[in-house]
Amino acid sequence: MINVRPATYTPPPLIEPGHTIGSISDKISNVVLGGRTPLTWFIVVSIGFMIMGMLGMAITWLLLKGTGVWGVNIPVGWGFAIINFVWWIGIGHAGTLISAILLLLKQGWRTSINRFAEGMTIFAVMCAGLFPLIHTGRPWLAAYWLFPYPNSMSIWPQFRSPLIWDVFAVSTYFTVSLLFWYVGLIPDLATLRDKAKHPAVKVAYGMLALGWRGSARHWQRYEHIYLLLAGLSTPLVLSVHTVVSFDFAIGIIPGWHATIFPPYFVAGAIYAGFAMVLTLAIPLRKVYGLEDFITMRHLENMGKVTLVTGLIVGYGYTSEAFFGWYSANKYEGFMIWNRMTGPYWYMYWTLILCNIVTPQLLWIRAVRTSALGLFCVAMVVNVGMWLERFVIVVTSLHRDFLPSSWGMYYPTIWDWMTFIGTIGMFVTLFFLFVRFLPMISIFEMRTMAPEAKLSESEGH
Amino acid sequence: MDAAHSLPPATYGLLAEFDDPTALVAAARRAHEAGYRRLDTFSPFPIEEAWEAIGHHDRRLSLIVLAGGIAGLLTGIGLQEWVHQLAYPINIAGKPLNSWPQFVPVTFELTILFASIAAVLGMIVLNGLPQPYHPVFNVPRFELASRDKFFLLVESTDPKFDREKTLDFLKGLNASEINEVEP
Repeated sequence: MINVRPATYTPPPLIEPGHTIGSISDKISNVVLGGRTPLTWFIVVSIGFMIMGMLGMAITWLLLKGTGVWGVNIPVGWGFAIINFVWWIGIGHAGTLISAILLLLKQGWRTSINRFAEGMTIFAVMCAGLFPLIHTGRPWLAAYWLFPYPNSMSIWPQFRSPLIWDVFAVSTYFTVSLLFWYVGLIPDLATLRDKAKHPAVKVAYGMLALGWRGSARHWQRYEHIYLLLAGLSTPLVLSVHTVVSFDFAIGIIPGWHATIFPPYFVAGAIYAGFAMVLTLAIPLRKVYGLEDFITMRHLENMGKVTLVTGLIVGYGYTSEAFFGWYSANKYEGFMIWNRMTGPYWYMYWTLILCNIVTPQLLWIRAVRTSALGLFCVAMVVNVGMWLERFVIVVTSLHRDFLPSSWGMYYPTIWDWMTFIGTIGMFVTLFFLFVRFLPMISIFEMRTMAPEAKLSESEGH
Repeated sequence: MDAAHSLPPATYGLLAEFDDPTALVAAARRAHEAGYRRLDTFSPFPIEEAWEAIGHHDRRLSLIVLAGGIAGLLTGIGLQEWVHQLAYPINIAGKPLNSWPQFVPVTFELTILFASIAAVLGMIVLNGLPQPYHPVFNVPRFELASRDKFFLLVESTDPKFDREKTLDFLKGLNASEINEVEP
């Protein structure tokens, strides 16, 4: 008799064994209240803050002089501002994907990473939002261009323009992400209020916690709207990058006017976002000793999502090239040929190397289960996704229909200072968040502890 | 009723403490079966069985969120149609004034925005937050409700509440500690 049993697979646990509800609460809240801030934190925030100062300089110079200090020209009227905007917005997509879509799909592993991914989303969208605000060099006029309000000129925004759709999509996305993040924080703020020793700290967290006391009646309504917010955010997150892609796809420029753009942009956003989550999670778990909660299984899962979305992005590039040929339109065909062999050929091929070739390493289990390997791949993808936006914006614009209107685009020092400055702003805001708010959702992690499950015999 | 209001009860209620969610849910069920209705439980994470045990399920938020979504939808359509047909009609690329397919993205975003704001405000308002003071905070051990302890509260306004009898009843529920809550 051969005893044939189906093969069973038990995934590794989501938190290291030995943790209780209490130890989870203490460990995560001690990052904020423990009183010992790692030296790394001071170094990173100092550098980030200095770079953010550079952003202040670049914006001041822009407002004094106008957009002439940037490299934009005609024909390349859209330069770094839109490239960086799309890059940051894309990064901002992983947070809501992790908190909403993975919640609806009942992916328990999201619990360890959703809080700081949501924080990352909010700060990335703030960096992104800066560019549309300053891109005209006259941000004080943006109010009546962008928002419908009764003004003394009796004029209204043009709602048929994708740029106005973008304003609504991005500001809705920012507001809803902020609400989602804050709602998730309320019970954890109550934990910090109760654990804080200093009266001023207690009052500060107490005010933010709104007097949360963990009542069953409150939890029921809380869980109800948390699920509803997840359901509302899911179509929202897909709509945001779709609308961003409309900024291009509604236009008639070869290289922009493509129906593949919305899904390809959404996949690219998730790809960039997961790469950034990995970029942040791997150093953070090391610095704060959170390997128990952000385990190798979490990192490996994120690696897998990165690989899959990377393949969808690869499909997008392929279909762009295919349509260039299959459309039999000479402008489309020239655009893709110019992209691969024209003056910006090195940008295109570096992009392919970063976004298509390098992530194939994630097929190898040893790379997926090595923090260093994942970190390196994620950094390469971050660069690759920025190059993708550069290639889409610049190579499509710089040589369009008429050779007499061709030109080149070279970013200036002020372009670079603005772009790198937003990275400093992002790092500064993110590390301030890590210092003052719990970077992992405490109340959701508690449900992962073994004793949090109701035992069947008494439960029913 | 008037007499009860003019003379505030000396206690807000009795608060029993438990070490794990299973004990809390079992105790809440027995208290509800024993006829107590002004009950509440406090836990460091949501326990579906706990609110079922005390007979609480509030479905109003679904309607509030739906109303928010509908309000956003109507605002989106109304705003864009009004702007482009009445307030500021301009011819863009020969498109009709009522080019409604182009009004879909903004309408969609406003629907989501209004529904989300309705959800969060609805939760906060129905929960009576912000509420910086609540009598349960007077119990020193209650700060563990946000760490790893579980509490069952029987309010003194419950018709069945009797300080001695309720205390005896709670003692029979394997509570690790029972505290009186000052009003």
